[in-house]
Amino acid sequence: MLLRHTPKEITERTALMINPAKTCQPIGAMYAALGIKGCLPHSHGSQGCCAYHRSTLTRHYKEPISAATSSFTEGASVFGGQANLLQAIDNIFTVYEPDVIAVHTTCLSETIGDDLPQIFDKAVKEKKVPEGKTLIGAPTPSYVGSHVTGFSNMVKAMAALAAPGGKKNGKINIIPGWVEPSDMEEIKKIAAMLGVSINMFPDTSGVLNGPLTGEYKMFPDAGANIADIKDSGNSIGTLALGEWCSADAARLLDTKCKVPCSILDMPFGLKATDRFVDALRIVAGTSVPEEIMVERGKLVDMISDMHQYFYGKKVALVGDPDQVIAMTEFLVSIDMCPIHIVTGTPGKRFEERIREITAAMNCKVNVRAKSDMFLLHQWIKNEPVDIIIGNTYCKYIARDEDLPYVRWGFPILDRQGHQHFPTVGYRGGLRLLEQILGVLLDRKDRDDPESKFELVL
Amino acid sequence: MRKVAIYGKGGIGKSTTTQNTVAGLAEMGRKVMVVGCDPKADSTRLLLGGLAQKSVLDTLREEGEDVELDNIRKLGFGGTWNVESGGPEPGVGCAGRGIITSINMLESLGAYEASEGLDYAFYDVLGDVVCGGFAMPIRDGKAEEIYIVVSGEMMAMYAANNICKGIMKYAQSGSVRLGGLICNSRNVDNEKEMIEELAKKIGTQMIYFVPRNNDVQRAEINRKTVIEWNPAATQADEYRGLAKAIDNNKNFVIPKPLAIEELETLLLDFGLLEA
Repeated sequence: MLLRHTPKEITERTALMINPAKTCQPIGAMYAALGIKGCLPHSHGSQGCCAYHRSTLTRHYKEPISAATSSFTEGASVFGGQANLLQAIDNIFTVYEPDVIAVHTTCLSETIGDDLPQIFDKAVKEKKVPEGKTLIGAPTPSYVGSHVTGFSNMVKAMAALAAPGGKKNGKINIIPGWVEPSDMEEIKKIAAMLGVSINMFPDTSGVLNGPLTGEYKMFPDAGANIADIKDSGNSIGTLALGEWCSADAARLLDTKCKVPCSILDMPFGLKATDRFVDALRIVAGTSVPEEIMVERGKLVDMISDMHQYFYGKKVALVGDPDQVIAMTEFLVSIDMCPIHIVTGTPGKRFEERIREITAAMNCKVNVRAKSDMFLLHQWIKNEPVDIIIGNTYCKYIARDEDLPYVRWGFPILDRQGHQHFPTVGYRGGLRLLEQILGVLLDRKDRDDPESKFELVL
Repeated sequence: MRKVAIYGKGGIGKSTTTQNTVAGLAEMGRKVMVVGCDPKADSTRLLLGGLAQKSVLDTLREEGEDVELDNIRKLGFGGTWNVESGGPEPGVGCAGRGIITSINMLESLGAYEASEGLDYAFYDVLGDVVCGGFAMPIRDGKAEEIYIVVSGEMMAMYAANNICKGIMKYAQSGSVRLGGLICNSRNVDNEKEMIEELAKKIGTQMIYFVPRNNDVQRAEINRKTVIEWNPAATQADEYRGLAKAIDNNKNFVIPKPLAIEELETLLLDFGLLEA
C-alpha cells in the first residue's frame, strides 16, 4: 500500500500534479541526439540537469550515456552562458572529437535568454568549430511541454540542417519518433523487406542496445549519419511516425525543402502497422512481399486464437501521446476495453483522437492529456480494471490495486528486454500480445479455484 | 513586413513616441501591429483609448495553453493591432522570460503571417537592454530595425550607447540593424546638434527631432494620440514627419558604441560649452 493516501473521491485540481506522467524536455532531446552517429549531446545549463538526464537514460537503456554540460554557476546565470558554451565547444572538439555536438537548453538558460544561434555563429567565427564538424541546437525548457516536446524539438533541429536545391536522392525519410532502439531496427527491417531505400533519423539502434565487447567506444559505430540527415531535403518524401514526436520536423522539411510528408501513427498494433506498410508500399510503388504477409498472418492468428482472453478486458493505460494513441487502437481492435487513459504531455488533440478511436466501444472512457498518475489511480479505484499498461511508475498502482501489469513505454527502470525486442510492426504486435496474455493468464492461474484450474488455456 | 523595435532609457517617452508615430503610419494607410514588451502593459493605452487590454501573460495564466489570437490582440486607432505582453507584479518572477513567451506565442499563433497583411510590427521595449528577455525583439528574425529614443540628457545618452552594445552583439550574427536615433526633446542646450553628433559617432543618423510640446500631455490625458486628439495640432505634424522619415528610411547600420570617455567628451563639448 505505497500509495495508500490516494483517495477514491476525485476533486478537480487546478495547480497540483501528483505522480506526473512526464519528465524533462532535455531527456527527450538527449535521446534524440544519441541517434546521430558520432554525436555528443550537450546540456546548456547547470551540472545537475545534465546528471539527472544522463542517469534517467542510463537507468532505462542500461548503457553509459555520455553528455557534456555548460556547468552554469552563479556567474553564468547573471552574465549569460555564452562564455561557458564557447569554451565547451572548444574543449569538446579538442578532447572528444565528435562529428556533431547537439546542444539542448535548460530551464535556466532559457529564462536568462541565451540565444543558441547567436552563440553558434560566434563559435564558428572564432574558429572553434573545425572543418566538417556540425553544431545543432534545440530550445528545451522543461516548463513547456514534456520530454516528448524536447525530443520533437531536437528532431526538428536535425531537419533544419537540410538544405533545399540539391540533387534528388530517391530516398524516403522516415522519422520514427521516440521508440526503442529495437523498434528503430524493426522499422528499418520492414522498409528493407519492401525494398524501400530510406533515410531514417534519429536512429538509436546499435547505439543504445549494442553488444558488450570489452572495449568502450564513446561513439558507437551506429546512428544516423549527419551527411544523410543534411541530405534529407533531397528525399522524395517523408513518413513521420507520431504527431507529437515527428510532425514538426516533417513539416519543416516540407516548407523549407518542399519534401512532401505524411504523418502517420506510430506502427504499434495491426491497423497502424497496416497503414505504415501501405504508405511505404505506395511511395515505393511495389507490392507487399510474402514475407510481410506471413508476419501479419501470424499476428492475426494469435489475435483470433486467444480472442476469448482479450475480449471485454478493461485496461488502464498511461504513456506518451503517440504511443498511447496507437496502443489504444490496437487494444480496441482486439476487443479489449481501454477505459482509463492518461498522458502527461499537453495537447487537446490527444483527447479527441482517443475519443474517436474508442467511440465504437460500448463503455465510458476516461481520458485526459496533461494529467498525472494520481488521477489514473483514482479512476481505477472508482472503476477497477483487469490490467494496467504503462512505464515503471505504474508498479506502485499495480501493487496497491493488485493488478496484472505490462511494462511498456518510457522509462522502464526495473525490467529488461525493451531495448532488444521490438513492439512495433507485426512482430512487435505479437510480443505485446504475448506480454498481455502472459500477465492475464498468470492471474487466472493464480486466482482460479482448483476445480477450474486448467492445464490447457 | 518591416519589424521595428523602439528602445530607450526608462521615462524617455518610448511608448508615447511609438504610439504617436504608429498613428501617423496608420494615417498613411499602413497596417501596423504594436507589441508592448513592458510589464506595466501601458504601451497601447493611447491607441486603444485607455488601459483596455488583457495582456498575453494574463491570458495565458487564466486560459491555459488554448489561447487564440483574438484573445490577445485588440483593434485600435486607424486599424492598428495592439498586443500587450504584460508580466509579473513588481518584485517577483521574470519579466524577460515573459517577453520571450509572448513573442513565441504570437509567432506560433500566426500573428506575423503574410495573410495578416501587416506592413509593420512595432515592439515597444522597456528600458535599456537589461537581460536576455528584453533582447528578445532584436534576436535574429524578430525586429530588424531598431530606433533608440534619446534626449540631450546625459543618462539618456548613456542608455542609448548601452543599447547599441546589445544591438551590436546580435547584429554580428543576425539581420538586426540600427535605423537611427529619435530625439525626444527635453529642451536641453544644443540638444539637436549634440544628438546629431552622437548619432554620427555611433555610425547612424538622428532620424527626427521631436520638439517638446504640451499638446502631447494633453492628448495623453484624453487617452489619445495627438493625431487622433487634434489632427490639426503642430505636434501632430511632427509625428507625421517622424512616421514619414521611418517609412522612407534606408539607412541601416551595425552601431559602433562609444567608449565612456568619448561619450563624456561629447557631453562636455556640447553640453557645457555655452555655460
